Amino acid sequence: MKESGRLIYKYLRHDKKFPHVWCPGCGIGILLGGLIRAIDRLGYEKDEVVLVSGIGCTGRLPVYVDFNTLHTTHGRAVTFATGVKLANPNLKVIVVMGDGDAVAIGGNHFIHAARRNIDLTAIIMNNAVYGMTGGQTSPTTPYGMKTTTAVYRNVEHAFRISELAVTAGAVFVGRGTVYHARLLDQLIEKALVKPGFGVVEVVGHCHTQYGKLNRLGSAVDMMRMQKGDAVTVEKASKLAPEALEGKVIIGVLMDKELPVYQEQYEKVRARAKGTVLVEDQ
Amino acid sequence: MEAVTEKRGREILLQGNEAVAEGALAAGCRFFAGYPITPATEISEVLSVKLPELDGTFIQMEDEIASMGAIIGASLAGVKSMTATSGPGFSLMQENIGFACMAEVPCVVVNVMRGGPSTGLPTFPSQGDVMQARWGTHGDHPIVVLTPATVRGCFDITVMAFNFSEKYRTPVIVLIDEVVGHMREKILLPPTEEVRVFDRIQPTVPPEWYIPYEDNATGVPPMGIFGSGYRYHVTGLTHDVRGFPTQRPDEIDPFMRRLFRKIVQHFGDLQVGEAFLIEDAQIAVIAYGAVARSAKRAVKEARARGIRAGLFQLVTLWPFMRKAVEGIASQARVLIVPEMNLGQISREVKRVNEGKASVVTLNRVDGDLITPDEILEKIMEASR
Repeated sequence: MKESGRLIYKYLRHDKKFPHVWCPGCGIGILLGGLIRAIDRLGYEKDEVVLVSGIGCTGRLPVYVDFNTLHTTHGRAVTFATGVKLANPNLKVIVVMGDGDAVAIGGNHFIHAARRNIDLTAIIMNNAVYGMTGGQTSPTTPYGMKTTTAVYRNVEHAFRISELAVTAGAVFVGRGTVYHARLLDQLIEKALVKPGFGVVEVVGHCHTQYGKLNRLGSAVDMMRMQKGDAVTVEKASKLAPEALEGKVIIGVLMDKELPVYQEQYEKVRARAKGTVLVEDQ
Repeated sequence: MEAVTEKRGREILLQGNEAVAEGALAAGCRFFAGYPITPATEISEVLSVKLPELDGTFIQMEDEIASMGAIIGASLAGVKSMTATSGPGFSLMQENIGFACMAEVPCVVVNVMRGGPSTGLPTFPSQGDVMQARWGTHGDHPIVVLTPATVRGCFDITVMAFNFSEKYRTPVIVLIDEVVGHMREKILLPPTEEVRVFDRIQPTVPPEWYIPYEDNATGVPPMGIFGSGYRYHVTGLTHDVRGFPTQRPDEIDPFMRRLFRKIVQHFGDLQVGEAFLIEDAQIAVIAYGAVARSAKRAVKEARARGIRAGLFQLVTLWPFMRKAVEGIASQARVLIVPEMNLGQISREVKRVNEGKASVVTLNRVDGDLITPDEILEKIMEASR
């Protein structure tokens, strides 16, 4: 308790009037706690951290913390973050998004940032629904489930955010849940220290909208489901694909080395100034 | 092509779009994000070569929405930023232009206008985006829009756009007709040290005293830069003086009014126009962009025929030059407003004129320029 008190005092904004906008039982607070713990462990200065978000419940996260914070337009957080990072590469730029933000309206920006390997960390809260607007279908709403815009059940298939990130070229991809809070802390820390575009997908729950519509119970019930559905990467590699049906694979899904965009762009600057690089000879 | 003359500066054959790029560099732009589109692509191409030479950054984004987001981000991190596009891309940028208005982030958006609506006429000139530049993004907001008529004007007005954006913490839009963007002229570029450059005012108070959106006499609060020690919240939501979202009427109203006031109270500084033989004009042509050049020729020929014609060229389109046009309307008998659309600035002229003079419109939307003869014909008609 003493430790959390210290972190709250150090990182939450004193001049921002609480309470926050999230429903009691929401997992976004667990994500925020994990992010703060990871930043504290890494010893980043508050001045060097830029926390960028889009629109939605997750988009409200930066306002509560004492960093340079930027609450952008829906889906565009990654583009603003790209500008910040390239203008000042010394800044640690972290983007938090929801599932609608990251892979519906902002899907194009997300895959291109991964392809470019811009040195950003993207943390995506995936609660399978548009919560703030009242529970509409998102690109990660599972097939057959109900939302307020799919009263007759969702007939589309869900994106798998982490797998999409791997395919788009992200150098680090981890998936956790808000139930597995310790793993989540570790994944966020790994993504932060990883040079290049790192992604952490956080499987969360929206008991207020999605849970209610689909009779999934309380926030605690939904977190129990996260526990039941989760299979570690290590375990999953030993299981047959049929056994993984409906399961959520958690852990590090991708960790590879690729030069980051800023390093590559230094080559462009050198060539522009007339330097002949070794690789050009 | 380049020659050093006894005149100070660089004498050079340049295209309008290239002059925009030169102007941006002279103004201190060191970040450009864009997406290829005719007829604006040359601006990207030139800056992709020149920015890295100066340790600046050029990035080709996945679309115009991303380009606009990236330049706002870069500006918040303290680097002067620009993007350039044409109609379809300009439409995509509107949402984030609104963000820049709301969060008061300096940046420059160049729109080399082509025929529209939709994909329209990619290689033909038009002035169809005048109202879009004013009202394209949703919500009540002030905006600054400038438009050049010459290649040298492309240079000067791009510099001016950066200066206004930095001074007033606002996005500034530069509208260029395709024909001005692609026209080549021999011009004299001023030496860098003679270009007047304005940089945004940054806070000097201790960070714990900094109130990021606090009003002051100018209406423009000093701008903290990400990473400089002034940590604050930037949002597109309506916010209080600390930058935090608010729903309180007593905080919303002063914020909205300051947003307008910071532009309105500097009208004098923002109003740029050029008068040609206007002092005693009975027939005044009010024109902008390439059309102003045709108009100048027409006015000269009318004068040669003994007609008291004059030209007022609008460089600032928005905020509209009410005072200047009012003065001309009180003195002239006829105002002729030629433009490459079916009447956008002419509506403003009629509004300001308030029935004083008679307003004659001359419109072309066939992808061709308005010629001096067409304008001369209108002048002759009006003189009869």
